[in-house]
Amino acid sequence: MSPSDEEIVINFGPQHPSTHGVIDFVTQTNGEIIRRSIPDIGYLHRGLEKIGETVGYPGYMPFTDRIDYLAAMLANEGYAMAVERLLKLEVPPRAKYLRAIAGELCRISNHWVAVGSMAADIGASTPLTHALREREAINDLLEELCGARLTFNYARIGGVSFDVPEGWREKIVRYLDHLESYVQEWDRLISLNQIYVKRLANVAVISRDKAIAYGLCGPNLRGSGISWDTRRDLGYGAYPEFKFGVPIGQGKMGAVGDCWDRYAVRVLEMLESSKIIRQALDKLPEGEIMAKVARKPKPEPGEAMARVESARGEMCYYVVADGSENAYRVRVRTGSFMAMGIIEEMSQGLMIADLIALIASFDVVAPEIDR
Amino acid sequence: MRITTALDSTSLTRRYPKTALATTLFFMLALPFLLYLVLLLMLPFNRPEALDAVAQRLGWDLGHSPYRETWYGVILLVEGTIVSLYTAVFAGVTTWVERRIAGRMQSRIGPNRPGVFGFISWVADAFKMLFKEDLIPAEADRLLFRAAPYFSMVGLTLPFVVLPFGESVVVADLNVGVFYLTATSAFVVVGILVSGWASNSKWALFGAVRGAAQVVSYEIPAGIAIMVPVMMAGTLSMQGIIRAQGGWPWQWFACQNPAAFVAFFIAVTASLAEGNRTPFDLPEAESELVAGYHAEYSGFRIALFLMVEWANMWIMGALAVTLFLGGWQIPGVSVEMINQARGTDVFPTLIWFGWQSVSMLVFAVKTWGLVVLFIWLRWTLPRVRVDQMMSLCWKYLVPGAFACFIFTLFWVMVPAPVHLVSGVVLSLGVALLLVKFALRTRKNIAQVKGARVDLSNW
Repeated sequence: MSPSDEEIVINFGPQHPSTHGVIDFVTQTNGEIIRRSIPDIGYLHRGLEKIGETVGYPGYMPFTDRIDYLAAMLANEGYAMAVERLLKLEVPPRAKYLRAIAGELCRISNHWVAVGSMAADIGASTPLTHALREREAINDLLEELCGARLTFNYARIGGVSFDVPEGWREKIVRYLDHLESYVQEWDRLISLNQIYVKRLANVAVISRDKAIAYGLCGPNLRGSGISWDTRRDLGYGAYPEFKFGVPIGQGKMGAVGDCWDRYAVRVLEMLESSKIIRQALDKLPEGEIMAKVARKPKPEPGEAMARVESARGEMCYYVVADGSENAYRVRVRTGSFMAMGIIEEMSQGLMIADLIALIASFDVVAPEIDR
Repeated sequence: MRITTALDSTSLTRRYPKTALATTLFFMLALPFLLYLVLLLMLPFNRPEALDAVAQRLGWDLGHSPYRETWYGVILLVEGTIVSLYTAVFAGVTTWVERRIAGRMQSRIGPNRPGVFGFISWVADAFKMLFKEDLIPAEADRLLFRAAPYFSMVGLTLPFVVLPFGESVVVADLNVGVFYLTATSAFVVVGILVSGWASNSKWALFGAVRGAAQVVSYEIPAGIAIMVPVMMAGTLSMQGIIRAQGGWPWQWFACQNPAAFVAFFIAVTASLAEGNRTPFDLPEAESELVAGYHAEYSGFRIALFLMVEWANMWIMGALAVTLFLGGWQIPGVSVEMINQARGTDVFPTLIWFGWQSVSMLVFAVKTWGLVVLFIWLRWTLPRVRVDQMMSLCWKYLVPGAFACFIFTLFWVMVPAPVHLVSGVVLSLGVALLLVKFALRTRKNIAQVKGARVDLSNW
């Protein structure tokens, strides 16, 4: 792009405190007003989809952790589901429940980072550390379950890798009790802070039509007032057996689909996840946690797709088998990548600080964009 | 659920939480206070006669010595050094205090290793800054890039000439003290502008332009709000304004006059903006402009910028305390009592020194209270946007300050008993609000049930 005399081109990134990873936002500004900002992605491309063709079906599981390191449980689950469909496997009910519990815990921990870093981007530093403290407790819980704190590698093709450790249930219930009352403190600390609300309300309003046209998904889509949740509407895994709400943006502080709505959806989703975990812990069935799977499964030639509700929206795994030990193709569609497309249009006319709010409200994770 | 870390078992702060709090408070007050105590002890020697008297006791005849002026000059030099050192010591101690408080607020540990409860960390930081590479970007304007921190330093140091610390402890009680202070402290923004321009970086330029717009705008409501106590006291001298107030809260200007009460908040908000503190830290907005005007600075030059930022808090606090909160006035002790206690000797009596120290302590405690408030705000509030910052200034603070100004024009004609009544009513109201705040806080804390994850350092 060629700027006029009054305009300058400035690179937000690839190294910038608020780009949530290595992304470059090439921004054309006239003073504080942005004319347009174009995301320049690809700095974190590691060829993860190509790796899926070379490492064999079970061997790809740790790589899915690296696609979305903040919600690795959900990324694991999506890939496992896609391969299970290829193999026509039935997952034991206990494993389904454990995936749901671990996945929802992971969603809560991801949303803590999302809302905390959003507050940090708006300039308040305390909420981030409080959010990280809350996430730390979940990291501890998940570490007890599977031994890892970030890249869990928990789901397996046909089940999960570990059963519930002793005393784990009680710890989760204690944490959820704390979480539900802590969210009130969180709201007092930041969500309802007047400066915070004024910074986010009516900023970068994405209408229903635009959200659908640009293919937004997950909390970003629900923030625009569209009630679509893969867990509820497609009902995979153990989710059809739980009762939970799907929070949508209601324009409480401004217009439907503004940055505050996308933020509030995430806060409310944590409480819904908490409900799911409680129900799953109550109903947790006894039994096996793994189906019978060969060490090196060789699915029949064919293709399968699995859609899961990841923390950043719908995550789709498309796996094509050619009858050998390795997949013929693995493709991933991620929520962060979908959110990049709309930034160029939404950034027009925003102020520099609003662009930061817009990026933060999408809760993007750079490795998930580039893979 | 309690997360334990390797630090827990060894951390002094965890084993002695009350001692840690007491030590923090002690260092907060003691170190800056001690510097000024030396100044207080040297105070009598400011007069050449006192110097002669000391020399006589030692058996020298200084009165006819050619070195009389030299000795006098040495004493003034030492005093001047202490005053200029004060900014560095205060800024250093404040970084430590701020990090301690921030650690507490953010339920993390904060500095706790070097020295007692991490107290030496600010000295270590200063040394680290000294030894860092002093980098000047290739395309920068080298002369201006080097000069910029000094502009800011001058803007920081000059106001200390008129800032009082106690009943008699002030460098120069200028009769245009308030004007002098607002004029000289504006030098800081020259440093910000020059550094942003000289860095030849887009981020720095953004920060500098934001800084200039912000500081210049907010000087207007600050200037008008400052005129309210000036009118009530009828003088521009800092000491004169304090002497016109009293020790008890209802004798403070902020409580005497409803307009001054409002003007106090306007002045504090405006000085937050002038000092680039959150929620007005736009010139260096980390999440937007990386580091704003000092993005390209490193080593000791950035240390100077940061020092200015922290030491500015003392100026902000001391100015508000002087103008609105009764300065160093001791409750129940009038200025006449202190003056009578001095005696007629060349050297003041011990009682006089005692009252002076108490007045210094009162001033230091009040100013530290405001500084801690600024720190509290910084770690609580998000940042406002540029247009919101401007509209707050021009739409609310400037008209508000004008209204206070005009109200005070009439208020000074009101008889004294009304001042007393309004003082008592306003200070009671403030006390009630504080109690309500404390109760609300207690309720909020009780509301968060369940397992608390506690990583706090005190």
